[in-house]
Amino acid sequence: MTDKKLIIIGGGPAGLAAAVAAVDRGMDPHDILVLERDSEPGGILNQCIHAGFGLHRFGEELTGPEYSGRYIAMVRERNIPILCNAMALNLTADRRVTFVSPETGYTTLQAEAVILAMGCRERTRGALGTPGTRPSGVYTAGCAQRYVNIEGFMPGHRVVILGSGDIGLIMARRMTLEGAKVLAVCEIMPYSGGLARNIAQCLDDFGIPLKLSHTVTQIHGRDRVEAVTIAAVDEANGRRPIPGTEETIECDTLLLSVGLIPENELTRGAGIDINRATSGADVNQFRETSAPGIYACGNVLHVHDLVDYVSEEAVIAGTAAADRILGKGGSIVKSLPVTAGDGIRYTVPERIDLTADPEDVRIFFRVRDVYKKVQFFIETDGGEVLVKRAKSAAAPGEMESLTLPAEKLKSLIAGDCAGIRVYLKETGGKAQ
Amino acid sequence: MTTRELTCVVCPAGCRMTVTLDDGGAILKIEGNTCSRGKDYATSEVTHPVRTLTSTVTVTAPDGKKMLPVRTDKPIPKEKLFDAMAIIRNTKAASPVRTGDVLIPDFIEPGTNLIACRDA
Repeated sequence: MTDKKLIIIGGGPAGLAAAVAAVDRGMDPHDILVLERDSEPGGILNQCIHAGFGLHRFGEELTGPEYSGRYIAMVRERNIPILCNAMALNLTADRRVTFVSPETGYTTLQAEAVILAMGCRERTRGALGTPGTRPSGVYTAGCAQRYVNIEGFMPGHRVVILGSGDIGLIMARRMTLEGAKVLAVCEIMPYSGGLARNIAQCLDDFGIPLKLSHTVTQIHGRDRVEAVTIAAVDEANGRRPIPGTEETIECDTLLLSVGLIPENELTRGAGIDINRATSGADVNQFRETSAPGIYACGNVLHVHDLVDYVSEEAVIAGTAAADRILGKGGSIVKSLPVTAGDGIRYTVPERIDLTADPEDVRIFFRVRDVYKKVQFFIETDGGEVLVKRAKSAAAPGEMESLTLPAEKLKSLIAGDCAGIRVYLKETGGKAQ
Repeated sequence: MTTRELTCVVCPAGCRMTVTLDDGGAILKIEGNTCSRGKDYATSEVTHPVRTLTSTVTVTAPDGKKMLPVRTDKPIPKEKLFDAMAIIRNTKAASPVRTGDVLIPDFIEPGTNLIACRDA
């Protein structure tokens, strides 16, 4: 196998969309290689059999396999090579990628550009430190999803779910439809991190109780889970369990839906700067990391709610990588850091690299808390408001965005603006 | 007059809507929706709620796949979800199957089909 101009690590929705975008920008498909560690492309979408994907991207509601199927077809139409069963082992800042696969053995290739599209993985019991025994029957929600939807077997019959992330909510419905009894979904926060529609259609539809400000304090059982103890937590006291509120629920299965972590071992190995709030790389608006020519997109960069946004972000990265390789794109005249101000947990991008002729930049961000009525602002360090937008509700589980128009960016090139800030003001108080 | 608070499930935006009904159950007012599909959803939800059902059926595919993802091509009445699952549980698809192929025509409701969501 010979060196490639563009290596994309990951053949899920981000990697596939980036590959398609690079070819559509003018790259020869044979200069591209997509590395996928699974036996087929498509990534996590293959096990996400529920509907709700593609409303933005395709204007219709698709299941995960249908959505990934469309991108796999686009990649095949363009004859872009995908190497499956290929595990990337190492990446250097000067874009050397080492991987291993049955077909190629242990291989190192040099690339002119690399796109990181490795996605994310689930937090496990070990990350929570839940007390109790170590029986079988404790799964991450995504692991259970794979068992039910791909392998075709049920991991349990009486289920408690800890965490109300979307995968946990989806699995509450899926296990219920397959005949299991889902006894409760416990969420340590006073609000759910999942989409409102999933609370409605996955829990409310089936009468599954959502216990907010509750956590699992003990797992019981020797060989198999026999019960879990749950308790209310004190929001004002570091979310510690409140003595006397314990309740023991007999069950054989505990599913964990307690957060996703971008899978950035390769990124860290290459010495690329990581943002502490996203656990993904720091990027500019082209999704270029601190290592020139290495781009990141999708859940490896920050965890998205919608795959449609992953595809959109992958197009940005794929287009920028192609431009670098094809020698397009202007030089950077000014770099502006973007910071997360009041009420904002993080922004992507974290910096805007201005060329002499900038294009519109869409800034994605998450809010810190649940708000009823807010106003979002993008402001310069000199206090000039560049963009302002009102919104009737905002929650950490739902990604927001604001677009900085090209002409505003152009006006910042000459001035003394050294950075911009995204923040919110509450106009209707906190929602309960 | 009564009001019902709904979360729209049509798309991931999850609009919070308020439906005002008169004493006979007729819709007087729908608020909070941001598109016409939200209005349709609210109307359906307070009269006759429906859901798209997704699940899997067993298949023996040449690539070793054991499960084939399936869905209804239209939403079906919410109260028939478990009847539908009972049929799906006893359904076996024969390979080759293409995405969009009808596995069971007139599934649960006349004119609604159970379709394949991937090739196998």
